[in-house]
Amino acid sequence: MSTASAANASTSAGPAGRHASGRALLEVRDLVVELPVEGSLRPVLHGLSLSIQPGEALGLVGESGSGKSMTARAIDRLLPPGARVRGTIRFDGRDVMGMEGPELRRFRTEVAMIFQDPRAHTNPVRRIGDFMTEALRTNEGVPLREAEHRAIQLLESVGIEDGPRRLRQYPHELSGGLLQRVMIATALLTRPRLLLADEPTTALDVTTQAEVMAILDELRREMGLAMLFITHDLELAAAVCDRTAVMYAGRVMEVRVSSLLHDDPLHPYTAALAAARPRIDATLPRLAAIPGRPLSAFEAPADACAFASRCPYVQEECGRRQPELVELDGGLTRCRRAVELRGTLGARRA
Amino acid sequence: MRLRFLLRRLAMLAGTLLVSSFVIFSALFLAPGNPIAVLSGGRSLPPDAVRILEARYHLNDPFLAQYWLWLKGALHGDLGISIALREDVSTLIASRIGTTAALVLYASLLILLIGIGLGLAAGLRPGLLDTSVLAVTAISAAIPSFVAAIVLILVFSVKVRWFPSLGNGQGVFGTIHHLTLPAVALAISSLAIVARVTRASVREEFRREHVQTAVSRGIPHRQVVMRHVLRNAAIPITTVSGITIASLIAVSAVVERAFSLNGLGAYLVAAATSKDFAVVQGISLVLVTAFVLVNVVVDVLYAVLDPRVDLGARAR
Amino acid sequence: MIARAEPGVHLGRRSGLGILRATGPAGIGSAIVISAATFLAIFGRLLAPHDPNLGQLAYAYVGPLGGHPLGFDGQGRDVLSRLLAGAGTSMLGPLAVVVISIAVGTLLAVSAAWRRGAYDAVVSSGLDVLFAFPGILLAILAATVFGAGLLAAVLALSVAYTPYVARVLRGAALRERAQQYVAALEVQGASAISICLRHLIPNMLPLIVAQATILFGYAMVDLAAISFLGLGVQPPNADWGVMISENQSGVVQGYPLPALVAGICIVLVVVAFNVLGERLYEQAQPERV
Ligand SMILES: Nc1ncnc2c1ncn2[C@@H]1O[C@H](COP(=O)(O)OP(=O)(O)OP(=O)(O)O)[C@@H](O)[C@H]1O
Ligand SMILES: [Mg+2]
Repeated sequence: MSTASAANASTSAGPAGRHASGRALLEVRDLVVELPVEGSLRPVLHGLSLSIQPGEALGLVGESGSGKSMTARAIDRLLPPGARVRGTIRFDGRDVMGMEGPELRRFRTEVAMIFQDPRAHTNPVRRIGDFMTEALRTNEGVPLREAEHRAIQLLESVGIEDGPRRLRQYPHELSGGLLQRVMIATALLTRPRLLLADEPTTALDVTTQAEVMAILDELRREMGLAMLFITHDLELAAAVCDRTAVMYAGRVMEVRVSSLLHDDPLHPYTAALAAARPRIDATLPRLAAIPGRPLSAFEAPADACAFASRCPYVQEECGRRQPELVELDGGLTRCRRAVELRGTLGARRA
Repeated sequence: MRLRFLLRRLAMLAGTLLVSSFVIFSALFLAPGNPIAVLSGGRSLPPDAVRILEARYHLNDPFLAQYWLWLKGALHGDLGISIALREDVSTLIASRIGTTAALVLYASLLILLIGIGLGLAAGLRPGLLDTSVLAVTAISAAIPSFVAAIVLILVFSVKVRWFPSLGNGQGVFGTIHHLTLPAVALAISSLAIVARVTRASVREEFRREHVQTAVSRGIPHRQVVMRHVLRNAAIPITTVSGITIASLIAVSAVVERAFSLNGLGAYLVAAATSKDFAVVQGISLVLVTAFVLVNVVVDVLYAVLDPRVDLGARAR
Repeated sequence: MIARAEPGVHLGRRSGLGILRATGPAGIGSAIVISAATFLAIFGRLLAPHDPNLGQLAYAYVGPLGGHPLGFDGQGRDVLSRLLAGAGTSMLGPLAVVVISIAVGTLLAVSAAWRRGAYDAVVSSGLDVLFAFPGILLAILAATVFGAGLLAAVLALSVAYTPYVARVLRGAALRERAQQYVAALEVQGASAISICLRHLIPNMLPLIVAQATILFGYAMVDLAAISFLGLGVQPPNADWGVMISENQSGVVQGYPLPALVAGICIVLVVVAFNVLGERLYEQAQPERV
């Protein structure tokens, strides 16, 4: 397998040298996750590696089913029962996979998760106040009054003024956008060091999306939090993240400084994704869809490039060997022809 | 808000009882033959008795007036006279209601303690216990009370002679002793159903996304189970337990017959067989009232447990 | 944005056999038990080796003998023959209850969901009142008014079960009514009845079948209970519930076999209907599993 060198590449390369000073806050290497499906194990992550520096925001984009949510869940040790995991996950140098009991719970208070569907992810029979302060009270023994006081302060900073009233309400009495802001405030309440945000705005309507995104981005920068930001939207990831990782079939295909991702991608898949996004400023004759159907990790061949079946630049050699994740132009790419194609894949040229 | 909900629910209760009492009363007039013949169960009565019946039931008044007078009497505890036993129906009911109440209460306790207990254990611990609870409850859910009764009598009073097979018993311990087999027979299928629903609800709540949220925030497992899984599972568990317990009220007739208990249900069946109409009406009214009351309690509990219930709308 | 997979608009309808296969070994085993019971219900009387009503008092509570593998009941009648002959009424009664309550319940549910408004309110509150009457109590009332017998019991239970059927199906019908294809058909000028008969009800069919299956078990227990109380099937007609009540005294005297075998038959059939019904229910609403 190629994974050893890929991991080296991703860690030693560093995020374009900008955070090269300290060690990574989160480091995932060769992560393989298999889930039980009808009695047999089916891979959903296939040697995934990534790293996040303290205070850095890393975007994670990819088509539906590529394994973005599973990545976040694997990091927070929230995989469904029966899942088999290999590889290493290190948080602040500590081995996450070996954690048990109180240590695991302490780790989880340092890593906060924001979910896509705030309605489903809040207990419908508990009040907002209870929901927000539960972790503070149980894990840190903060008295109810103080916990509520801090909750009200944070609600204010996410733009909810009437905190005391909101704390008495139930989730079904709040709109989706409001509830997602409560979620963000709740996630920040325990002062975590890493946010795992899994499509935090997808379930909201467009105007609310922008508001919530702005609040999240601003607070994160203010508090110096690191973030793994999961989204379908390449442009959105580019707007809020320092670097962006592109996933396909349970693998990372490319990692690149966000500003370069759209106009100068390293991997044909990234280029295809960028071209498939409808643009307001460019009137294309027809939306460029990626030909073929996205493969799930379990469908992708182990001994070939996962994207080979849909790639316009495919060569015979691509079907023989899985390319490694290698450094190029300050980013990482998993394409045999990356050097050859560099500079020609920009979205506007596609 | 809560008070309005309660008042609303009580008004619905009154409406339901009014309509069902009307149904029970008018059944008398659905029966073939004139009301006197129906009330006397076809016996020929001396003219005096006929006159007493006519006066009691106001048989010469218009139908609705008769109903109204009957209902008024019922509200004052006057349910007419049993032709067969020549006694006040309310006196007869009063002397028998204790047995039925004790039986249903005993069975309810078994259902709540054992049924929910088994369901929780199976729901929280997958594995051998879970599998065996599933298999045992699948079968016992299908055991009718009278089949359970003969098996229990066969095993516990014919073979090992631990419990009596018939009768009511004296004193608290005597009553418990005599009512144990009947209560088990009455409870067994409901107990299995409650256990299965409890197990399924616990499982379902465990899979909820908000439980994942709690876990992701480092809440200890015990607390996740108590505050999120069980707290939320309590809603369907309460509803199903309540509805099953309400259904025991009617089934108690079968168990009372099987164990020759001197309760309301057995009396109702005897009266139905001998066409003692006043008694059938009186007991039906009592049983329907109890049944509806338990259902109201379930509705109110549901509203208390689930804040999403729209307290202004009709409960469901 | 990357396109998400669209959920299928129209789920393909599966064949009955395909659905049954999907219920797993427990479901298939239950279906076999139910088929066997149905076979006995139809042909039991012909298969009975002896006259089920011929009593020879000299043989009262005599155990298994040659030609009489289950022995004799308290009146000296062949237990196996009564069991076989009783399968008919024991299965026919519940079948009638299920057919009536499902038919009426579906009609009420679909019409209420279609018309909504005042009609729906009237139907719903009418059903709410019926909820106040447990099936057995209604059957006792019916037996008092019309005299004991299977017909009164079947009608009473049908009335008592209808609100349960209607409540579940009304919810399903409302969901189905809100589907876009219904609006599309309406715009094309299809009549309400044709939409309901050709689309709405067929789409609800898995749920209706699951309901009917579960209801059959309940109806069998309740009808047998009513017969046990002496208010349903009248002796000397053979019926499993009647057999238990006739031979209860035998249990106390140490001759439990006649009552027990009848009880076992009831439990076996009811378990089969419950298990199959539960599986079919899971199939009918896959999102809830
Ligand atoms: N509980 C599960 N058991 C088995 N397979 C699962 C389970 N949950 C998800 N999967 C599979 O794992 C793969 C990755 O799923 P994941 O939810 O991580 O995708 P995603 O990239 O987050 O997609 P989306 O953009 O739709 O959220 C998918 O192919 C999915 O079918
Ligand atoms: Mg996802």
